[in-house]
Amino acid sequence: MENKREADSHFLCLKNKKGSNGVDIDFITQYAPMYVEAAKLTLRLGAIGILLSLIVGLLGALVQYYKIPVLRRIIAVYIELSRNTPLLVQLFLLYFGLPKMGIVWTSETCAIVGLTFLGGSYMAEAFRSGLESVDKIQFESGLSIGLNHSQVMRYIIFPQALSTSVPALCANVIFLIKETSVFSVVALADLMYVAKDLIGLYYKTEEALLMLVVAYLIILLPISIIASLLERRLRYAGFGN
Amino acid sequence: MQDLGIRVLFMGNNFMRLLGGLWVTIQLSLISILLSVIFGILLGIVMTLKNPVTKCITRIYLEFIRIMPQLVLLFLVYFGATKAFGINLSGETSAVIVFTLWGTAEMGDLVRGALISIPKHQYESGAALGMENAQIYRYIIIPQTLRRLIPLSINLATRMIKTTSLIVMIGVVEVLKVGQQIIEANRYTVPDSALWIYVTIFFLYFLVCWPFSVLAGKLEKKWKN
Repeated sequence: MENKREADSHFLCLKNKKGSNGVDIDFITQYAPMYVEAAKLTLRLGAIGILLSLIVGLLGALVQYYKIPVLRRIIAVYIELSRNTPLLVQLFLLYFGLPKMGIVWTSETCAIVGLTFLGGSYMAEAFRSGLESVDKIQFESGLSIGLNHSQVMRYIIFPQALSTSVPALCANVIFLIKETSVFSVVALADLMYVAKDLIGLYYKTEEALLMLVVAYLIILLPISIIASLLERRLRYAGFGN
Repeated sequence: MQDLGIRVLFMGNNFMRLLGGLWVTIQLSLISILLSVIFGILLGIVMTLKNPVTKCITRIYLEFIRIMPQLVLLFLVYFGATKAFGINLSGETSAVIVFTLWGTAEMGDLVRGALISIPKHQYESGAALGMENAQIYRYIIIPQTLRRLIPLSINLATRMIKTTSLIVMIGVVEVLKVGQQIIEANRYTVPDSALWIYVTIFFLYFLVCWPFSVLAGKLEKKWKN
């Protein structure tokens, strides 16, 4: 009887410590810094990867726009390969496969190269559809009022093409940040890695997963909101035609 | 050195094992795609209702599912459900649940977009021709909706097949896991096997997804007007 009461009070004690909703606040405050570090890593690699993807995408789209003979085929093959394979498989190939050919990259390099390989094709498609949406007559009109080629591109084609591609570009940015969640397979301590680690070590599944969801919401919600604001604002640019 | 590595594919039934692993991925994606199409059409129709309650609920569902990386959703179901509700889900079951939830959200949005893209005068013109409601849907609305919907749904299907590769992270033995097993088993006899196995897996995924992408592109062009 006495034992049982003791056990009960112990149990109550544990329950109180867990807080009213069953979430261990102490655990969260203790391990939140790990998530902050992981989020920083995700953001840093994501930002570099997205920036490089934009460059690759723009170059790819320009190659296709100008129909440069051989390069155009290469870009077309690259886009098909990259769009039809998962990032996870691309990373496995980069991180575990290529070293057998003598190409050894660090985890971070692999992650950035992988993300750029994937993102480049998505960005190229977004830019390409933007460039294609500008009517050819605009180009000719520009030339006929005495602008030279680069001026036509700069003042007439690009502004219109860009405003058409912005929604797709924003969607790609969000997509690429979401894709960074597989970085743990190349031995990077990203958010998924931290969450899995804490679940394995302490069996604090709810807390670890809660922090994981919150971390991704903190990263992705603002980007998603900015993207939709930008889209709404740029819609005015399309009204001219 | 490299030309030796490729023989690992032809040793024993290694290549068939890889294909078997790929089949696991494809099976799970096919089940999820099928369920997503069914639930997605329902969700899309519900989303076009003007009821504020359903609008709010579907919106929250859609935004949450779409903003979370699919791997996070897999973790939530695979690890979270076990701990929170005490139900022990296998990796495969969690994968089907997650990809159905995600696919339903994406498909629902596509269906909603296709439905609201049909101008109101199409319904009215049908009525003016003396058609009944069922006839309007059967001959006017549904054919046009499908033309917009099918290419986008095929693209979604390829995305789902690609995303299903994530299930290796929750311990399902699929093509990547089989590849790892083959590499480990031949570590001493064929040290360079990793390159060839992963190149093979890369192209296997490509060969599965590429035909769908081409088909979607063709249909989109054909049905543009």
